[in-house]
Amino acid sequence: MKPPAPLSVGNGDAVLLVGTMKGLFLLRSDGKRRRWAMTGPFFPGSSVYGAALDTRAGRRRLWAAPSSMHWGAELAWSDDFGKSWHRPATPLVRFPEASGSALKNIWQIVPGRADQPDTLYCGVEPSALFASHDAGKTWTLNEGLWNHPHRSQWTPGAGGLCLHTVLVDPAVAGRLTVASSTGGVYRSDDAGRSWRARNQGVRAEFLPDKHPEFGQCVHKIAHHAGRPGRLFLQNHWGLYRSDDGGDSWQDVAHGVPSDFGFCLGVHPRDPDTAFIVPLHSDGFRCTPDGKLRVYRTRDAGKSWQPMTRGLPQKDAFETVVRDGMAVDGFDPAGVYFGTRSGKLYGSRDDGRTWELLREGLPPIVCVKAVTAENVRGRRRAPRPRARRAGERLRRAA
Amino acid sequence: MGVRFLIPGPLQPFSGGRAAVALDASPGTVAEALAALGAAHPGLCERILTERGEVRPHVNVFVAETNIRDAGGLAARVTEGSEIAILPAVSGG
Repeated sequence: MKPPAPLSVGNGDAVLLVGTMKGLFLLRSDGKRRRWAMTGPFFPGSSVYGAALDTRAGRRRLWAAPSSMHWGAELAWSDDFGKSWHRPATPLVRFPEASGSALKNIWQIVPGRADQPDTLYCGVEPSALFASHDAGKTWTLNEGLWNHPHRSQWTPGAGGLCLHTVLVDPAVAGRLTVASSTGGVYRSDDAGRSWRARNQGVRAEFLPDKHPEFGQCVHKIAHHAGRPGRLFLQNHWGLYRSDDGGDSWQDVAHGVPSDFGFCLGVHPRDPDTAFIVPLHSDGFRCTPDGKLRVYRTRDAGKSWQPMTRGLPQKDAFETVVRDGMAVDGFDPAGVYFGTRSGKLYGSRDDGRTWELLREGLPPIVCVKAVTAENVRGRRRAPRPRARRAGERLRRAA
Repeated sequence: MGVRFLIPGPLQPFSGGRAAVALDASPGTVAEALAALGAAHPGLCERILTERGEVRPHVNVFVAETNIRDAGGLAARVTEGSEIAILPAVSGG
């Protein structure tokens, strides 16, 4: 197989990192996001559940987590948008011998706070958090979470026992929130030294006690960077919002065809706006009635409206997995999601209308929307414009 | 005389691009042979074995035509001139 063609990326470009079961694809567009160039697959044959772009401290470092069924999972990075990749001989993320565990997959790669430009986090399977404080050169297991007395009672879901979400609070120093399936939501307010379950109000339909302290199968959580404490949660049965950083959760499944689903996205400026793709039941796990609908709330979950323009409304039995949706930082916001059938959809008007960007890809397991920075020798395209929260969104709807 | 490893394509970035690696060593077991291989070519053993030192579930190691899973695992015996093949299992999807 020939190596993928280089992707020409300029400052301010929109870039999509699309992880599939058979490798990583990269798409690029300018700020208008009308046409997308694509290259890939990188790491053909390996699944890529985790990917990120780190633009802090002048970097343009692309991280990916290829996982080979045969040769294991590893972290790789590229400083030239995929032209060349670095794969350390000794994989960066490894369980220490004393843990008695072995890495199965890397589900999440997340840069730390802006004021900690050398800190990154990884969520992995079996459920654990790793951190690096030297820009990714070395990684260590978070002992506080690993030694938590609840951990032995976490059990694997269909995707394995994975820590799939890491949220770094931009407003509260030292606050980290993670989600594990199963296990639920855990939060640290001391930079990862200690952790507390944060699942009050979130139900566990599959347990005798429907509201345990922990053990929930939380599929995805997302927070709003501009409003500290505001989080949304897509559960294995249940759709929730928290306004207190996860201390409590309110059911916001109002007007959705199903409160089962996996993916979740929040608007970059309006903290009341979020996006989901409901699925019909944990037995079927496909879009209800063969209609591919993104549901959008603009009132923090009090109501949800189906966004269907440009999406197939007949014979579309699709599945979007937990990391299969992303929202960019442009105005209006771009919203993207990929399906298990290898279709990549995008909206460049806050979710109002949709286009099929690509089809025929391998099953999509992760979509990340980023903005290129620190690219040398290229023009500077218009940067995402900041506007008052929700102003443009409300006008367009 | 030593032993000779056959390296599959996906691992050849860690063997200097070579499909076969001859080691001038006299290991008594597959574990010792792999340790010698890892010392000569960092990165190979980490992808054949897990952090727990076990052969990855979808990797097969053959000494001549014998799968070591049928011959004592990593304690399987090797002798001077043994050929050890690292092969991906027929798994995937």
